[in-house]
Amino acid sequence: MTGFFDFALTYLPVLFEGTIVTLEIWAWCMLGGTILGLFLGLGRVYGNKSIYALSTGYIELFRGTPMLAQILFVYFGLPEINILLSPIVAASIALGMNTAAYQAEYFRGAIRSIEAGQVEAARALGMTQTQVISNIVLPQALRRVIPQWSNEAILLLKYSSIAFVIGVPELMARAQMIGYSTFRFFDAFLLAAFIYLMITSILAQCLHMLDKRVSVLPRAG
Amino acid sequence: MIYLTLLKELPYLLEGVLVALELLLAFMSLGFIIGMVLSVTEVYGNRWSSTLAFMIERFFRGVPAIVLIFLFYYGLSDIYNISPFAAATLALGFRTGAYQSQIFKGAIQAVGPGQMMAARAIGMGKIQAIWSIILPQALRFGIGPWSNEFASELKDTSLAYTIGVVELLRRAKYIVSYTYGNALIVYGFCAILYLILVRLGNTVLYRIEKKLQIPGFETRKEGGLG
Amino acid sequence: MCLLKVEDVYKSYGDFMVLRGISFQLEKGEIKVIIGPSGTGKSTLLRCLNGLTSPDKGKIWIDGVEVTDPKTNINKIRSNIGFVFQSFNLFAHLTALDNVCIGLVKVKGMKKSEARLLAMEELRRVGLEDKAGAYPAELSGGQQQRVSIARALAMNPKLILFDEPTSALDPELIGEVLNVMIDLAKGGMTMLVVSHEIGFCRAVADEILFLDEGKIIEKGHPSVLLTNPSYKRTKEFLHKIIELYGEERD
Repeated sequence: MTGFFDFALTYLPVLFEGTIVTLEIWAWCMLGGTILGLFLGLGRVYGNKSIYALSTGYIELFRGTPMLAQILFVYFGLPEINILLSPIVAASIALGMNTAAYQAEYFRGAIRSIEAGQVEAARALGMTQTQVISNIVLPQALRRVIPQWSNEAILLLKYSSIAFVIGVPELMARAQMIGYSTFRFFDAFLLAAFIYLMITSILAQCLHMLDKRVSVLPRAG
Repeated sequence: MIYLTLLKELPYLLEGVLVALELLLAFMSLGFIIGMVLSVTEVYGNRWSSTLAFMIERFFRGVPAIVLIFLFYYGLSDIYNISPFAAATLALGFRTGAYQSQIFKGAIQAVGPGQMMAARAIGMGKIQAIWSIILPQALRFGIGPWSNEFASELKDTSLAYTIGVVELLRRAKYIVSYTYGNALIVYGFCAILYLILVRLGNTVLYRIEKKLQIPGFETRKEGGLG
Repeated sequence: MCLLKVEDVYKSYGDFMVLRGISFQLEKGEIKVIIGPSGTGKSTLLRCLNGLTSPDKGKIWIDGVEVTDPKTNINKIRSNIGFVFQSFNLFAHLTALDNVCIGLVKVKGMKKSEARLLAMEELRRVGLEDKAGAYPAELSGGQQQRVSIARALAMNPKLILFDEPTSALDPELIGEVLNVMIDLAKGGMTMLVVSHEIGFCRAVADEILFLDEGKIIEKGHPSVLLTNPSYKRTKEFLHKIIELYGEERD
């Protein structure tokens, strides 16, 4: 086992560099994906017929196709219509668009779970639809969505590994490179596995604490 | 031009779909068994076995699918000349087993402690009670989430691409390489194939779900007699 | 000129006609109570008055402005009418004080500091100034309803609509809400109340309207209608109410 330990010590820095790239992709696609997802969710709840149709179509498309296919399409397909993207950007976009579709449904559920009575009361005060959404519905919906949003965030951190297929030098890719140069593939991937376990655990803890702090508000009778 | 090629290669691509479905069936069945074992152990086992089950489940849920696939492929290659298909089956099987164990655990807990108490009260042994009383009810609670898992795994069969399993996406890649381009259309076409598959899968599972429902049962979501 | 005028209002939900030609008026300072069996459209009627629902036929005027006219700025009308709901409908993520403030800040455009002062005043008026920082889930039903009345009052309404304000409350909490309502009435507020609290009717109502199967069967002053109703249906209904809910309430 000391063989593994020495191996680990030698190659941890390389894997660490890869982890930074992983986190970079993750941060970008979570940012874009959450914003887009929120708009899609709002569109599904409040939009007119065409907005609803567009949002639904988008969601069905991205939830019904594999992430791998999406990333290959974005990276290899888009250049054919003159959109050239670097691997990192392509990966972030593909993953972001994917997560937006899933998050849209979570937002939709959370928005709809806000009791209709509160919406009525807000309207009865004279608030416009926009005011109702931004002052009454969203503040509560965003709190309610945190558990599902957290799951999605953790999932995405794991799926970021798919970016290695298009050559992004993230954690998986570095592990593979180490494998090629040392022929100790199993050890390299095992190390990577442990790093993934670690970062997802840390993320899960942080999000759990966020949930506890923000959702302190009990629901009204 | 590319459309003609696509038409010509349709059988080739559809074979890829078949490979994907084969893979899906193989690892979902493996996962079902693993999931059952893990969940029953976690809920009913003694401290050591349930902790072990918990750790196994945590590992296979926390490590990305691709990493698992590579681990199994390279790990087992040292011992035995394993095919990419088999490695993918094992890796994805353990992974879905971990996810399914969560579903089954939730379903078992939804059945409620009252049922187990009643079964023991009439003299059934623990295993018998689990087999004849708890599991039949739990399985029906679990159908909904299980169908979601199934649909999700259908898409994850594409991950086998990474170790060279010649399923749909890899075949698409070959077509793209030898026609020097047209990635947009070829991958787009594959996406549509997946869409159809997922839709079909969901419809079938929905019908099965409806058929297996016990009247009035679904309204009790948690806690049995309590 | 009357504050509220309802003329020939009809409303159906699908095949079921809930309101069949309702007409009545309310003068400034008047208090009218609508009583009647459940499901006879009383809530629907109230919601037509502030535009939360639209009648199929008929017209409604509030202070000379036609509510049922699609060109009217409904939000402006709503900001001048208070509405108290059976299930309180307080905003769960805001404190009692913020619940009362939010209409002032967002709808009337008041400055936050000014709004808070006014809101505290209203909370004092309903006896809850010490609960200003509490969230709805920390308050009892009666307290929540009083906050919701304060929320309506803060907007300085010309008229307040009450939709069965005490029906969702435990018996021992009903009194505190009714007392607030009686104080309001005595202070000259124009009120239209849907309720079966007979004691409240006797205390402050100027007129009782009995609504059944979508029509106003009978109307009259409490002293007349309660002791000697003209119609059999009214008599039967009152009988049932008194059976279920008992007579007066102090």
